[in-house]
This record gives sequence, structure tokens and C-alpha cells, in this order.
Amino acid sequence: MLEKLFTGPKSYYVWLLFLLCVIAGCGLVYLDQLQNGLGITGMNRDVSWGLYISQFTYFVGVAASAVMLVLPAYFHHYKKFKRMIIFGEFMAVAAVVMCALFIVVDLGQPQRMLNVMLHPTPNSVMFYDMIVLVGYLCLNIIIGWVTLEAERLDVEPPKWVKPLIYLSVLWAFSIHTVTAFLYAGIPGRHYWLTAIMAARFLSSAFCSGPAILLLLLFLVRRLTGFDPGRDAIRTLSTIIVYAMCVNVFFYLLEIFTAFYSQIPGHMEPMLFLFSGHGGHLAWVSYWMWAAVIMAFASLAILIPPQWRTGPLLPLALIMLVAASWIDKGLGLLIGGFTPNMFEAFTPYMPTGKEIAVALGVYAVGALVLSLLWKIALGVKREARHFSD
Amino acid sequence: MYNAKAVITGIVIFVVLFSSPFWVGYLGQNYTKTDIVLPKDEKNCIEDVEFMRAQHMRLLNEWRDEALRKENRVYVSKDGKKWAISLQNTCLKCHNNYKEFCEKCHVANSVYPYCWTCHIIPTEGK
Amino acid sequence: MNTSRRSFLKVVGLSAFALSSGMASLAGTAGAAGAQIAPGRYERGAKALTAKRWAMVIDTRQFHSPEDYEALIEACHKVHNVPHIPGNQNIKWFWLDKYDRVFPDDMNAHINTKTRQAEYPLLCNHCSNPPCVRVCPTQATYKMEDGIVAMDYHRCIGCRFCMAGCPYGARSFNFVDPRKYLSDPVPNPAFPTRMIGVVEKCTFCAERLAEGKMPACVEASGGKVLFGDLEDPNSTVRQALAANYSIRRKPNLGTQPGVYYLI
Repeated sequence: MLEKLFTGPKSYYVWLLFLLCVIAGCGLVYLDQLQNGLGITGMNRDVSWGLYISQFTYFVGVAASAVMLVLPAYFHHYKKFKRMIIFGEFMAVAAVVMCALFIVVDLGQPQRMLNVMLHPTPNSVMFYDMIVLVGYLCLNIIIGWVTLEAERLDVEPPKWVKPLIYLSVLWAFSIHTVTAFLYAGIPGRHYWLTAIMAARFLSSAFCSGPAILLLLLFLVRRLTGFDPGRDAIRTLSTIIVYAMCVNVFFYLLEIFTAFYSQIPGHMEPMLFLFSGHGGHLAWVSYWMWAAVIMAFASLAILIPPQWRTGPLLPLALIMLVAASWIDKGLGLLIGGFTPNMFEAFTPYMPTGKEIAVALGVYAVGALVLSLLWKIALGVKREARHFSD
Repeated sequence: MYNAKAVITGIVIFVVLFSSPFWVGYLGQNYTKTDIVLPKDEKNCIEDVEFMRAQHMRLLNEWRDEALRKENRVYVSKDGKKWAISLQNTCLKCHNNYKEFCEKCHVANSVYPYCWTCHIIPTEGK
Repeated sequence: MNTSRRSFLKVVGLSAFALSSGMASLAGTAGAAGAQIAPGRYERGAKALTAKRWAMVIDTRQFHSPEDYEALIEACHKVHNVPHIPGNQNIKWFWLDKYDRVFPDDMNAHINTKTRQAEYPLLCNHCSNPPCVRVCPTQATYKMEDGIVAMDYHRCIGCRFCMAGCPYGARSFNFVDPRKYLSDPVPNPAFPTRMIGVVEKCTFCAERLAEGKMPACVEASGGKVLFGDLEDPNSTVRQALAANYSIRRKPNLGTQPGVYYLI
């Protein structure tokens, strides 16, 4: 099936070339970081994790979200998802690759990273995170490839892949749960010490991941004519609405516990995120309020069925993705670290170089996704599964 | 076979290039000596020369784990002599010429340990 | 691709995988079994100070100004080649801060001026139940038998999970090469520096205890900082704790800090 990679319109090659250029350019910035250390980032002694780890967290969610297609299709035999399921699985592969890279670029001594396997430490959540991410990557590559090949040959997928698919459903939940445990088990970080963290992560993943998938598929539809199917889109956007409602609800639960209990440590991170410190709004406060507005605006469009199916859907999805990205990709880390362990405030702002390295990882993810989707689209076209 | 000539030539070139390190080593100078300069004022290292030559890196790893994790900071060698476990304060006291001792062998063998980003090279060897 | 070639490739791939994992596990067991390499044996130093659980008592009543702590800080940083890096990507082993930062849970708006204005020393608490050790994915940080929470810089991958885990802000990361901020030769040539990309912190001077010396800050304090075995009822620290009112940082987290403050 790899031969599908080598035929395509000019725009496909231009896109790949563009991504390679971005990767090379950002790779140079990463070399600078390797040479001169993480001092080139905005991180510091109190805010010891930043953009890299927050992006890692966000993309674990994107990876886990493939389950929102797999679960209805295989557990409930919802056939309409079958056509686009491969895109979810391949997006999960790209997302896990990005997660791994975000961890690597965050390490101070990346050449020692295999120490995690050389000295396995079962009491560290990071150890399990490594296991579940590697496992999920393998599962999705195997499942995606095998089912796609079966589709190409117009046969049923081999029987042995079924148990792997069921396993991947459970596994998807585990990757984001374990990622939440990285945060939720740490004493003394008020914003993170909450039992609902894993549930909040999953709900935010299950709305934002499918939303990204749908947006990308709309783009693909425009570029190639591949149609995921009207009913499939409708069902997936219903799933997105439910997950987003739960996500917003869970955040409100956090706000209730913090502000009704009036425990200063628990109120502080949220007060900081939304109102800044010492009478001045922090830069992240503008983002957080934008997230609130976009979250509710997206719900306003998505909840009424006639709007959800209308032309406003892409706009709503974009706002939803932006809102969830700000919550998890900025607010989570800044809220956890900036009110620091001395009950004081240490500001954090990613530097240009830090953002460049992160963009490089994004570009690698886009490259992996483009290549995998190119194969999938080629097979779909050949098998005449391109539209209804 | 299509293009048999090109394929076979390609394979031959590949095999030659791939095995070139062996050929170079085989035909080149026989490598036996690194000309390292041993410490002048001390006759014996903590263990015999063969052991130190072959195992010093593993010994150092073992020293590190014993000293840092088990707080066993003294090594009693085969001949009963006691040594404080310390690369910097025991090994480098005698092996104080970095250029003529450590580096000669390491460079000849293309190993580049980064001990010296933390441990301090004796000033005489700089 | 025809079937025979495919099945051949499958077999090759599987056997390569089996072989490599088999080799890896062999190598793993050989390493784990820990057959000693050295022909000699290992032991504690004859002069080494030992304890069941090392602990520190800081009599803050005897320090009247931040300058009184200067000698302690300098002793610590000199002995361990701790660089002074300006900005907030700095390294701290032993440092000072105000009461509301050190004991945020014990703060009230009307606390007496002396307590409010005084500076208090901070260092690694060497907790009995250390979160940093719990979260470290490589056992680069670990708790030793005598209660000291130590670091193996050789093994640290620089993931900084321990810094997120420590509720006391006791850990510093080498964002930049520390040697750039140290004199040449370094202040203490008998002790290593650290390298870029690893986490470091106070070690309760484990290397000095092994030579029979008290920690550098204790030695420099002239008796105002006590150090001893918390499990020994006759130790100086136990006697000080029995005779005076003491507090610890964030005791409600259950980490059981080993540094006590007499206020």
C-alpha cells in the first residue's frame, strides 16, 4: 500500500516539501536547545513544565479520541462509521508520535531516555505512561494497517485483529487516564489535586479529538472529494456535543468545589487564570476568557440540531477545539505552576524558540498524518469507498 | 533478472563499502599500543592491570552505585588495601594527566565518555 | 507482494524481534542479577557517621537577621560547587524566604512583626515519604536507608517530574551549563559539579557524613542548626525537639519532612 504515497497532485508534494522545511527549520532551533539547554525556554525553577508537556497532554487526548469512532463501530455495530474509522486510527498514530516527541524535546538529557526502560520503576506514573503510549501506538498501527489492507483486497479483516480492536478501546481510556494521573497524584499542587482530573481529561479529549478529525475530514472532502457520509458526520457531532457538555460541566464542578469550600489554595489557580494577580490580568487570563466565550458559543451552535447540521458546524468545531486547547494546552500547566509551592506567583510565557520547537513537532505530526491519510485515501478511492 | 549488471555491481559496491572498516583495520597498521603514560609515583593500581584495562568502566559504574545508593564509600581491593570510592579524589590523584592517560586510549578507541561535564579533570592534564 | 515472500518476511521479522528481545532480556537479567564486577568488596568508611533517620533542627530564634544565615549558605554552596545564576532559572540548595512563603498554612494577618519580617532558611526536607522519589521514572532520586533523599545525576533524564512532585520547591534544574557560572578552578575541586539538563538539590551532605563530618551548614552554624538521628531518643535533635516547640513545612501533606524549625 506504500505505493499510494508516490502518486499525487503537485499540491501534495508542495505540502510535503513545506512540512519538511518547517521540520528542518524548527529542528535547528531544537539543536540550539540541545546545545544550550532548556534555558532557551520560558520555563524556570518554579514553572518547571511548560508548553511542551502541555502539548503532550493535549495530544494524548487527541490520540485517545479515536475510540469515539471505534467504540460505536465495533461495540454497537454502527456501520456508518466504518468508512472513516481508519482516519481516526491514523490520526491517533500521528498524535502519539507527537506526544512522544513532545516528551523527548522536554527532557534535559534526551540521550538517557531509555533509562526509563533500563531501570523500570513501577511506582512512577511516567513509567506506565511510556507503556500505554507505546502500546497504543502499536495497536493503532497494526489495527489500522490490517483493516485497511483487508478493505483494499475487499475481504473481511482477519479474525485475530478483533481482540486487538477491543483491547484498543480499553487502551484508549487508559492512555488519557494515566496522563491525568501524572498530575492528579501530586501533593501540594492545588489545581491538579482533584479526583475528577481523569474524567475531565477524557471528556475534553472526546469532544476536541473528534472535532479535529471532523475539521480535517472537511478539508479532505474539499481537496479530494472523499465524503465521510452525512449520517456519520451527524452522529459524530452529536457525540462531540455530549462530550463538550460533560467537559464544561466537569469544569464547573471544579469551580464549585474551590469556591464553595473557600479554601484559598484551591481558589488561587482559578482566580489567577481568570483574573490575574495583584489587580493585573495575566496574559493567560485573556486566553482563558476567550476559551469561556468560545466554549459556550460552540455549545450554542452545536446544541440545536438544525444549527448543528447547518453551515455553522465548522465554525463551532473550530471554537470548540480552540477552547479545549486553551483549557488543557495553556491553563492546566499555568494554573498548576504559576501560583507556586510558596503560595506566591511565578509568571510563565513560552519563548519564541520554545514555540518554534513545538511547531516543529506539530509539523512532524502533520507529516505523519498526511502520509498515513494519503495511503488511506488511495485505498478508499481504489476500493470505491469514497462516497455514498 | 532485470538490469543484472547494474544490480550486481551495486551489491558488490555495497558489500565493499559496508565491510570497509574491517578491510581498513585488516590492512592498516596493527593496533597494539596507545602510548599512554602511566603514573610515575605509583606502581600498582587498585587491581591488576588486565582487570583495570578491561573493566575500569564497569568498575566505575559499580563504584557509583555502591557509593551513591548503598553508602558503601570504601572499596577493599583483592590485596586488602582500602580505597575511598571517588573518581575525582582517588583515581585522578594518580592518573592526573588527562591528556596522556584517559584521553589517549579513549580517542584511539573512539569512546567519548562525558565524565568531565561534572567530574573535574586534574589541572595538570588540561 | 506474493504470499511466499510475505510469509518469509513475517518469519524474518518475528525471529529478529524474538532474538533481539531475547538478547535484551538476557542482558537485563545479567545486569539485574548484579554479579559483582570488582574482585574486592565494598564497605562503609570507618569514620562514617550513621543514623537510622537523619534529621535537622534549625533554631531560628538564634538567627537575628538574614546576614546570620550567610555563612551557612556560603558554606553549602562552596562545598558543593553550587553556581549563582541570575534570574529565575537558578539553582538553590539552601536559601531564605519570608514566613508567609515558608509556612503559608501558618500565616495570619496579625502575626507578630518579628516573625513576619524574619527570613527563614529553606532546603530539601528529606521527607520520610518523599513524593519526588515516588514520581521519578528512573530511580535517579531515591531514599537511602538512613532517610537521606539522594540524587544520582548520572541517571537523571531531566524530565522534571520530581520538581512538579516536590511540594517544597527544593529542587532545581540545570537549565544552562552550571560551569559557566562557576569560577575556574571550581570552589571545591574535590567535589563534582553538575551537568546541563539534570535536577539537583541538597544532599544532607551525604559525602561529608561518610567522612565523619557534619553537614556544611551545620558546621558553619556554630550550634544553631542541629543534626542527628531522629530515632535515637538521646540525640541532640530529639532533645531539642523534646524541649522546644517546633514546626515543619506543610505537615498536612503527609510527606513527613525531616527538617524541623524552632520558632
